Amino acid sequence: MDFNFTEEQQMVRDGLARLVREEYGSETRREVIASDAGWRPEIWAQLAELGILGMPFSEEDGGFGGGAIDAMVVMEEFGKGLVVEPFVPTVVCAGGFLKHAGTAAQKEEHIGGIVSGERIFAFAYAEPKGRYDLADLQTTAKKDGDGYVLNGHKAVVIGAPWASHLIVTARTSGEQRDKDGISVFIVDKSAEGVVTRDYATFDGRRASEVYFENVSVPADALIGEEGAALPLIERVADEAVAALCAEVCGAMKVANYMTLEYSKQRKQFGVPIGKFQVLQHRMADMYTEYEQAVSLTYYATLKLDAPERERKLAVSTAKVRIGQAAHKIGQEAIQIHGGNGMTDEYAIGHYFKRLTLFDSEFGNVDHHMKRHIALSAG
Amino acid sequence: MNLEFTQEEIAFREEVRAFIEENHPKYLEGMGNREDMTPEDMTAWHKILGRKGWSAPAWPVEYGGTGWTPTQRYIWSEENARVGTFMPLPFGISMVGPVIYTFGNDAQKQQHLPGILSGDVWWCQGYSEPGAGSDLASLKTTAVRDGDHYIINGQKTWTTLAQHADWGFFLCRTDPDAAKPQEGISFILVDMKTPGVEVKPIKLIDGGHEVNETWLTDVRVPVENLVGVENQGWTYAKFLLAHERSGIAGVARSKRGVEKLREIAAQETIDGKPLISDFDFARKVSQLEIDLAALEYTELRTLAGEQAGKGPGPESSILKIKGTEIQQRLTELTLEAVGSYGTPMYGSIADVGSNQYPIGPDYAQLSAATYFNMRKTSIYGGSNEIQRNIITKMILGL
Repeated sequence: MDFNFTEEQQMVRDGLARLVREEYGSETRREVIASDAGWRPEIWAQLAELGILGMPFSEEDGGFGGGAIDAMVVMEEFGKGLVVEPFVPTVVCAGGFLKHAGTAAQKEEHIGGIVSGERIFAFAYAEPKGRYDLADLQTTAKKDGDGYVLNGHKAVVIGAPWASHLIVTARTSGEQRDKDGISVFIVDKSAEGVVTRDYATFDGRRASEVYFENVSVPADALIGEEGAALPLIERVADEAVAALCAEVCGAMKVANYMTLEYSKQRKQFGVPIGKFQVLQHRMADMYTEYEQAVSLTYYATLKLDAPERERKLAVSTAKVRIGQAAHKIGQEAIQIHGGNGMTDEYAIGHYFKRLTLFDSEFGNVDHHMKRHIALSAG
Repeated sequence: MNLEFTQEEIAFREEVRAFIEENHPKYLEGMGNREDMTPEDMTAWHKILGRKGWSAPAWPVEYGGTGWTPTQRYIWSEENARVGTFMPLPFGISMVGPVIYTFGNDAQKQQHLPGILSGDVWWCQGYSEPGAGSDLASLKTTAVRDGDHYIINGQKTWTTLAQHADWGFFLCRTDPDAAKPQEGISFILVDMKTPGVEVKPIKLIDGGHEVNETWLTDVRVPVENLVGVENQGWTYAKFLLAHERSGIAGVARSKRGVEKLREIAAQETIDGKPLISDFDFARKVSQLEIDLAALEYTELRTLAGEQAGKGPGPESSILKIKGTEIQQRLTELTLEAVGSYGTPMYGSIADVGSNQYPIGPDYAQLSAATYFNMRKTSIYGGSNEIQRNIITKMILGL
């Protein structure tokens, strides 16, 4: 058993830590997320230059031969600075589909652009009525000659305003909640009939409601097997969860640190509030929650290539426990910061919002608890 | 990063599994922690391990340890948990033994270590006092030098299983005028047969007799029984407590406990269906299992750190807090699972060897007693509040 990072991973971590520290201060971030663009293409270009966007791809696909652990290292540093750029949808999700199921032509077409930072993806999997069930789909893709015609409405597609392409899950056959009949498509966002309504999210990102109105896509837009894509979607979603867990660990680490520092500075009744045992014990619990979250992030990440049941159990275990930890740490951090924590000006509130909204990405605590129960029942 | 065991570790697992299979007494299988075990039952496995040279895996090889890596020790505890062995009591192997080989003199090592390893000498711990629980430094028991002897007077409490003990290790105040309460304390070994040592049972809420009051009245102990330097006992006491905490997470046993809980909940019924298929109950079991996974991988990270040469640090307080919370939650859910058959008092007339006919299913009989008993885990070994103090002071720097 080995929990050490390689020298290379350590270097990536140090490089990113510096980038986030120097270029991604909380003041700057606050200005950027309020701006029209809402993100920083120049940071994205820097990430491409550093090789971060190509890290998880194999060398023959034009990447640097890394894997899930490398993504974990990246995401943890992103979490520390609440980086909003769309690494998960583009590199982890679209990258995952291409790696696991892309044809040679599809890889050729897309991976180079991802690695160079020119091609940005969003993952349109959720639907207004789906509530975390990846198979609960009303979006349809009907066979039409050699290609398909897409119709439907995808909800809260993170990063879609910045994306050039979408990965879309749709039903090619079957009923709304059937596990069979699900397919995945790569869709150019500029295709005719793709309509987006863009908006900001509370945690500083941008998302869209995406509508498909008779969108025609060619046959080679299909990625993976027609009608049998659910296991593939679940696998990519699990990889996204592991990456998000790492991000949230980074964010929790900083939230804990800020709270601790605040408690040493802020005085009440003539003493720093950190001297009060009732707050000390709560911060000890926050620290304990964080350490356990790190443990489960390693666990989930290292099990991503395990057999399906083992992988799903590990990922759900992590998502439940880290969802709970993120809620607890976020709420306690605000409470200990007192009124200051409620202000937009104090960075802690921004961490709190990200920690809170993590829960609803790719299934909340209840959803993954149910999956854990179902898997445990055998 | 890699979660897999190496080929050597897998081979090691097979070796210990085979050893346990061949050597663990069948009549003790699954007995681990039953309250009606005799002292002979409790030491049986220890003695077998002593003969094999496996009773003190964590000790240095020169004193009789195994030289196993932390990962091997983890595998060892998992394999023992699988069959529910009763592991050697901690007082000799995990507590006084390391103090003696680290701070004791050669004569003490020669006199005491063999009996600790073999399981032939039963030890007990004389730390707590009626007025000094987690505030251990306020202890009042005195040891006054009188020629070649110390004269010890005072009262200890919570002396676990002292009714069977041959020897005890006691913290005594040797300098009442020391500047700080932590100073002026000495670590002294006492033969429990010495005149003036009196052990009185304390009956606990679970109905069992596990702990005692120990009264020491003009107990004459040779000065050779002082460990290390006079008045430096606090240092050894802290060293011992850190050792005690390092094995306290109890992950392997709790994992087995969750399996048993699932087995019980598959037999119990609700609305004519297995209890485990009830969503509310299943959710609690899953939550427990999820919390246990978080603890397990935190312990593995700690072990990996140890393997890389980092000693058990204040992080072990996390293992203590979460480990004991999970043990308590597990017994709570087990009691909940058995329903009303948790209510009959098992062995309620006599302390041991009750020959009453059993009431309800086997698995229900000890569920309440175990639940009541396990409330101790967040109190002993430095209460969980004290562990939080350690985290805030040593890690958070408050």
